[in-house]
Amino acid sequence: MKVNDLWFSYENKPVFKGLNLEIGEGITCLMGESGIGKTTLLKLIAGLLEPQKGSVDSKPEKISFMFQEDRLLPWLNVRENILLVSERRKEMEQLLEELEIDGSLKISELSGGMARRVALIRCLLFDSKMLLMDEPFKGMDGKLVEKAASIIRRQNKPALISTHSLDEVKALSAKVITL
Amino acid sequence: MTSIRANKHLIRLLSLAFWLLIWQLCALKVGKELILPGPLAVVRAMGALAVQPKFWLNTLTTIIRVITGYCLGVLTAVILAVVTCGSFLADSLISPVIRTIRATPVASFIILALLWMGKSNVPVLMAMLMVVPVVWENITAQYRATDRDLLEMAAAYRLSKWKRFRYIYVPSAFPGFLSGCLSAMGLAWKSGIAAEVLAQPALAIGSNLYYSKLYLETPDLFAWTAVVVSLSMLIEKLIRKLLFRGVGYEGK
Repeated sequence: MKVNDLWFSYENKPVFKGLNLEIGEGITCLMGESGIGKTTLLKLIAGLLEPQKGSVDSKPEKISFMFQEDRLLPWLNVRENILLVSERRKEMEQLLEELEIDGSLKISELSGGMARRVALIRCLLFDSKMLLMDEPFKGMDGKLVEKAASIIRRQNKPALISTHSLDEVKALSAKVITL
Repeated sequence: MTSIRANKHLIRLLSLAFWLLIWQLCALKVGKELILPGPLAVVRAMGALAVQPKFWLNTLTTIIRVITGYCLGVLTAVILAVVTCGSFLADSLISPVIRTIRATPVASFIILALLWMGKSNVPVLMAMLMVVPVVWENITAQYRATDRDLLEMAAAYRLSKWKRFRYIYVPSAFPGFLSGCLSAMGLAWKSGIAAEVLAQPALAIGSNLYYSKLYLETPDLFAWTAVVVSLSMLIEKLIRKLLFRGVGYEGK
């Protein structure tokens, strides 16, 4: 996937002035200081934002996006939130067990880390060819990061993941792009 | 907890007693039941009314009229809200009409409706007309305030239009629907009774209010008013229970 001469600004605040990037197969971590534009880049690649100039070429048609916020529907329970985007019940149950989440819980009953894991499962089960993840391990402790990272690795999908932590990069065995 | 609750009940009872006392003192000062009957006179009048079968028939007929108008109003408001939220053209066409209805005095509608339809249907139409703008406005305001983040999530996961409607827009607009339904109940009562006073259908609380005024039976006027207020409060409580518990709504 190639990012070609990408220009983007929020009203009067420019974020990218002709950004060029090449993202290969496997898992790539996107690093850089806060506010540099990691989330914006992920959204531009996902097509959730329109660039003012430039393009993202050779990207898969269906992309799974894990937002920086969990964005779970509070009026549905854990299972219902996941099944909203995917029909893969068996894999869902397996992942819920693996990540130690009770699928019948209401969203208001989840801790920050638990909600993050639910958002992760939803992202992984969405039928897509690529994963874009914005700080997917936020609120998880070391052991859970290892577990979640191994689940991401075994998807065998190209993934672009924004993070601030080198430990997470290591857990994912990922390449790094610094913005 | 129990003592706090008991204290609250006691304070409420004392407040009620305070206002009844003020009312009684004012009635004693005025000294004429024709101008201001005291609470005891009103209770006596209510007792006298309650033993007449016609009182119950009048009350029941009014309840049926107001509830029919209310339900029709809520149903119409929901349909209009779905249409106006889904299409800019429909919104541009329908919104000004609803806003005009809201701004028009209920008396104008009553007089006009009396020219168009039978006396007993006017209160139903008035209750409905007053309910529609309130419920519609509440639903559409909540719809417009739907969480942008959730809509972005829906776009990212390519949720169908139906799923967005069913799982995002409807639950987002639901609190507006609930509060609209509750505020509209009081309006339905007021407009329904006002229409009965002006239209004077055969069996109606409003007609009896009018006759009480006509024959200077002020205690009866107060008694009928007390019936309306009690019914309005009772039905509002019932609707609150029905909507909040019956639907199993637990909030966002």
